[in-house]
Amino acid sequence: MIDTDVLIVGAGPTGLFCAHQLGIVGLKCEIVDNLNKLGGQCIELYPDKPIYDIPAIPECTGEELTNNLIEQIKPFNFNFHLNDRVEEVKKDKNKWLVKTNKGKEFKVSSIIIAGGVGSFEPRKFSLKECEKFEGKEIFYSIKDKNIFNNKTVSIFGGGDAALDWAIELSAISKVQLIHRRDEFRGAQASVNKVKELNKEGKIELLTKYQLSSIKGDKKIESISIKHDDGDTKNIKTDYLLGFFGLIMQLGPITNWRLNLDKKHIPVNTENFETNQKGIFAIGDICTYTGKLKLILSGFHEGALAARGCFKYARPNEKLRFEFTTTSKSVHNRLGIK
Amino acid sequence: MTKIKYIEHNGKQHEVNVANDLSVMEGAVQNDIPGIDADCGGGMACATCHVYVKEDWFNKLPEKTEGEDDMLDQAYKPSPSSRLSCQITVSDELNGLVVHLPEKQL
Repeated sequence: MIDTDVLIVGAGPTGLFCAHQLGIVGLKCEIVDNLNKLGGQCIELYPDKPIYDIPAIPECTGEELTNNLIEQIKPFNFNFHLNDRVEEVKKDKNKWLVKTNKGKEFKVSSIIIAGGVGSFEPRKFSLKECEKFEGKEIFYSIKDKNIFNNKTVSIFGGGDAALDWAIELSAISKVQLIHRRDEFRGAQASVNKVKELNKEGKIELLTKYQLSSIKGDKKIESISIKHDDGDTKNIKTDYLLGFFGLIMQLGPITNWRLNLDKKHIPVNTENFETNQKGIFAIGDICTYTGKLKLILSGFHEGALAARGCFKYARPNEKLRFEFTTTSKSVHNRLGIK
Repeated sequence: MTKIKYIEHNGKQHEVNVANDLSVMEGAVQNDIPGIDADCGGGMACATCHVYVKEDWFNKLPEKTEGEDDMLDQAYKPSPSSRLSCQITVSDELNGLVVHLPEKQL
């Protein structure tokens, strides 16, 4: 059990800057994110796309912004818990008990949800029948590639994950790569490699096809794929792999007894607290009159929420407003001599 | 103002006037038309404003921008008539445009 002041859910720009603000006011925090890296949407969706509306930064990419934010919070040495997702939140007297997917437990006085539009989850096949085979013969990520040894594997998708696994598995399995159009969005080198392996007969390429049905009761016997022109093909396969990118889902947050407005959490604009005392929401996930989904708004919300956490973490102390330019105690926290 | 008709998956039709230079996605969001989520707010960074456009109109739309098809790969049930509605800018030429909304966006 990790006992600390605040738990931040989400390590996108808003969550990262909020951690900075917590550090500035002298609070401790731990940060959990479902992705395996820091930066949230900035890193997952647009690492190379320039952003033009960060105050005082005329132009920077999602990756540069993330790296700068990480640098900015370094002095505080906060812990990150990546590849993990907050599952359960329970009130315990004046504290919140939080449990993650991997079984980590936190005891905190406040929780700040900076979850963007939810956690990233793999997009699944749209066919309903796929659910019953999931985890047995249908996978959206691979833990042990050896199960595909000498089997027929149908890989769906056109991005790097689909291409990389097609290349990798072509050495040990019979691979069919199926994609809804002729172009692949993965790295050019991988596309070239797949085409080469296709010529050598090591990867079968089926483009402009999508999955239309699955045959089999306990086990998949065969699948049907449908071409854009309406033609349907029946193919034998042992396994199906789907790599359709990530979608964002609110996930377990919906069970935390928070008021929800569509996919957003209503907050007050004084300190961005939700209907639950001690749970705050900032960034794209929160909503209030006048809400703008801008990174800069997330920074503002984080600064106020951090101060909102203070009264729960230090009920007997008064929060003093201090400038980073002049305050000795802030300089100490930043490790500036 | 340009007339745009959004048809939900269940057949329910919404005909609204949308100001030129807005996107077809914004036209839906501002008129509270269900079926377009637009999680990323128009940054072409998600695929939750996905619509289908039948051939007669599809060919009259401005061409897809770079990267739109990559995002569409990640949409729910994409087809050759799929577009991201945030990438279609409303103009006089699109008066009477009909877009069909998918069963769901996620």
